[in-house]
Amino acid sequence: MTDTEKQTDTSSIELLSFRVGGQDYSVDIMSVREIRGSAKATSLPHAPSFVKGVINLRGTVLPILDLAARLGLMAGEESERNVIIVVDLGGRTAGLMVDAVSDILAIPTDEMQTPPDLAADDARTFVSALTIVNGKMIRILDLNAVMPPQDEEAA
Amino acid sequence: MSLEVLAVDDSRTMRDMLNLALSSAGFTTHLAEDGVHGLEVLSNIEPDVIITDINMPRMDGFGFMDAVRSEEKWGKIPILVLTTESADELKAKARAAGATGWIVKPFDPAKLVKALQMVTG
Amino acid sequence: MSDPMAEIRASFFIECEELLESLQDGLTLMEDGNSESETINIVFRAVHSIKGGAGAFGLDDLVHFAHRFETAMDEVRTGRLAPDADAIRLFFTCGDVLADLVRAARDDTPLPESKTEPVLAQLDALVGAQDEPEEEDFDFTPATLSLDLAGGDLAMPNLPDIPGLPPLDLSQDDADPTLSKTDAASGLKGFTILFKPDASLYASGNEPLYLLRALRDMGDIEVSCNTDKLPNIAELDPELGHLEWTIKIATDEPMEAVREVFEFVDGLCVLEISPNSGGSNESLDGEFETASALPTCAPLTTADALEKEVKPLPAETALPDIMPAPSNVEKQDPSEVSPEPVEQQKPTPPTDKATETTKTAPTQPRATVRVDLERVDRLVNLVGELVINQAMLSQSVTEAGLPPNSPVSTGLEEFLQLTRDIQESVMMIRAQPIKSLFQRMGRIVRESSASVKKEVKLHTIGENTEVDKTVIERLADPLTHMIRNAVDHGLESPEKREAAGKPREGRVTMSAQHRSGRILIEVADDGAGINRKRVREIAIEKNLIPEDMLLSDNDIDNLLFMPGFSTASEISNLSGRGVGMDVVKSSIQSLGGRITISSVEGKGTTFSISLPLTLAVLDGMVVKVGDETLVVPLNAILETLTLTDDDLKSLGPDTHVVQIRGGFVPLLDLGAELGYRPPQGKYVGGTVLLIGQEDGNRAALAVDTIEDQRQVVIKGLEGSYGRVPGIAAATILGDGQIALILDPSDLVSQASGKTKQRNASVPLVG
Repeated sequence: MTDTEKQTDTSSIELLSFRVGGQDYSVDIMSVREIRGSAKATSLPHAPSFVKGVINLRGTVLPILDLAARLGLMAGEESERNVIIVVDLGGRTAGLMVDAVSDILAIPTDEMQTPPDLAADDARTFVSALTIVNGKMIRILDLNAVMPPQDEEAA
Repeated sequence: MSLEVLAVDDSRTMRDMLNLALSSAGFTTHLAEDGVHGLEVLSNIEPDVIITDINMPRMDGFGFMDAVRSEEKWGKIPILVLTTESADELKAKARAAGATGWIVKPFDPAKLVKALQMVTG
Repeated sequence: MSDPMAEIRASFFIECEELLESLQDGLTLMEDGNSESETINIVFRAVHSIKGGAGAFGLDDLVHFAHRFETAMDEVRTGRLAPDADAIRLFFTCGDVLADLVRAARDDTPLPESKTEPVLAQLDALVGAQDEPEEEDFDFTPATLSLDLAGGDLAMPNLPDIPGLPPLDLSQDDADPTLSKTDAASGLKGFTILFKPDASLYASGNEPLYLLRALRDMGDIEVSCNTDKLPNIAELDPELGHLEWTIKIATDEPMEAVREVFEFVDGLCVLEISPNSGGSNESLDGEFETASALPTCAPLTTADALEKEVKPLPAETALPDIMPAPSNVEKQDPSEVSPEPVEQQKPTPPTDKATETTKTAPTQPRATVRVDLERVDRLVNLVGELVINQAMLSQSVTEAGLPPNSPVSTGLEEFLQLTRDIQESVMMIRAQPIKSLFQRMGRIVRESSASVKKEVKLHTIGENTEVDKTVIERLADPLTHMIRNAVDHGLESPEKREAAGKPREGRVTMSAQHRSGRILIEVADDGAGINRKRVREIAIEKNLIPEDMLLSDNDIDNLLFMPGFSTASEISNLSGRGVGMDVVKSSIQSLGGRITISSVEGKGTTFSISLPLTLAVLDGMVVKVGDETLVVPLNAILETLTLTDDDLKSLGPDTHVVQIRGGFVPLLDLGAELGYRPPQGKYVGGTVLLIGQEDGNRAALAVDTIEDQRQVVIKGLEGSYGRVPGIAAATILGDGQIALILDPSDLVSQASGKTKQRNASVPLVG
């Protein structure tokens, strides 16, 4: 948490940035419930490959998504270093498996850019905005797109 | 000078509302859900005033007032009838059955309290 | 929850649901020919109470409709209207609209008038548009008796006036003091009131003193008491009023306010109110009698003296010697000569004294407490955690290698029993009679039969069967669809029924019962039964099955549950809503239930739903498949066996069957079916679970090992992830790991049956 930029601007958004598949992503900190270490997930039959399974989060069943696989990136090494970001989206909770959490950033909303509509790659559809922090491009994840559609993942 | 009130009504909502209005006004409130229950409660308390609904299962308000008025020691307890209608005829009927006064539903808590004070002094 | 009115409002809507239920009950009784006055009264009262509460919350739409409905019911109640079948049907519709209005008011989503107006118009037509709403509230019969009673017993309040006599200055009878004394107040705004109570005023429990006090609160008063009419004490009839008062009040209040004080005694006294000369009389209304004649009476007291003078006349100071003998009108106790008539009169046995005094708590109907469902659910969850903890503890004890008869193990055993008891009790809190659901279905039957012009009667059996609240809620949609299906497809038209020698009126029967630890709900119609030939044709037309497929009757019936199947050759009003029986099936499955179908040609079709008693716990067998631990519901397992070479037969190139007692059962490789690994291919010596299904079909599930048999707490997957084929739910094991709970029927119905590995592809399910 070295280069936290404190913006006093009223219209700014706080982001939790992290690395996944060798790239920098972030999510709106308002949707982050907690960050926890990886645990052995119970795999779900017939689940898409990016669904690692479910883990016990203090008595509730938490689905774990392998974010790298979801974004179509090279899946990171599954190791003890893996971290799970627990996010809540309209009452639906899921854990996103990432390589490592980097920082908390406050980004003025006017510094956010819509991603250019040229990339044909999968990850494009999961990015809702882009911003530059210290010369690094940070992708802001569209959590709605990342979550498996509730009624289809079984297929 | 906390008055003791017995309120008899088969509607839970109405009992809740009476309880709220009466308790907020500092009255000690006893509730019963029909005439029979009202008489049971009455045999254990000495309320300063009784409020009763008319249409109730088991024993309606008229039956209840009858029973209360036929009991010597209850004969002089003021009874207010809860009614949804304000027609004079109804009041006359209620009074004929032994009611002291009436409260028109939906009641205004302030008016309820005023009516209670009117019959209890 | 800090706002008590909001709480009462919420509770009002709960009460409404109960009242709507009684309403339905009452109407159902009426429909069955019960015309007892109490039955009609129940209906009337339900509507009346809803109206009363709605009025308190200013729910005008609801009040308006309830009032009209109530008026109609009052016509029935008073015998002016004898309802025929059509009228009762209309009342049912009114009940439905009333229910809609209640929910609309609750959710603050106003119901369009188009929903209420036609029904109101029908009501008007029925009642004959009488405009006498005022008359409805009181069903008054015992007036005469009451009067007698009151007259006999309530004479006392006027007696106390007598001991009060000494302070009154009787000597001034003939004076005309008004001229001098009242001048003090006459210059002020205010009124002069002549108040002469009748005997009936005292009998009504009113007390002149209080009225005078109330007046005093409005302004300075000057009271004089005229004792002219007071007879000689010897001739005094204690039941008559003999006093009259003249009150001069100086107040800014309008006349109405003064009049209001006397509201309760209106008609029980002579009352004349006139504005003081010089006072404002802007409120003087034609409707008030305005006696100008000031009575001649002695100004006796001032406002201050009022207390002192009148107070010594409390009602309690009865004069026992001149009191009339106690009235003999009492009905309950003939032996009332007893010295303690009060005790004797007590209408209830003294046994429930303890409860009687309890505030609010009703004695006769069972005492109940209303609890927020959230709190119950929290308790349910905590107990669930307790069960998990207890499992963890058991595991530790086992691992510690303590002997089974050690105190720890015995204690743990008791702990286990207690935990189960607690759990059961907690579950009971969530249970409620299925009646409310059945009643909702009554409405569906009425509406759907009307729209397809069929005559249908709904019969319900076992409506007091208690079912988990959530199950009830989640059954509403599937049952609605099943009922519509029964009315729409199951039953024939009245003409066809008659041609088939059946009564015109079709019958749909809903029943609920507890059966061997589960709840069995059936929806049966007495229609034509499933047209299997047609069903088969449709399935082939829709490419659901190959043309040459051999199907048993049961197989054909089950085609109805296939996605994309619809039997209606023409889409009627009711079906074609995009919901098929396949959706019904999956919603039942998501409740841990099963649905089966049976049909007899010409006799009808029955759908049976079997549900677990609770959604929270399950007795399961813990098994291992590869690296995964799974729980198989114990009630699905018929037996476990170890396969021998003789048992196992190859069926096709990819499949095996197991021969069990002369029958052949398909072998399913659980690991392969769940996609955990390719089929094992070799099963001799392996463990299989023989699974039995509601429809009688069986299957053998090959697992690696059986670990344990235990109770597990069900954790839903659907909320967090979604439905997983073959999986009912999840649970947390003693080691904190999540294990999936198998849905054997779903697994079997979607199974590939592959038990041999010919190509590496994982069997595709769904």
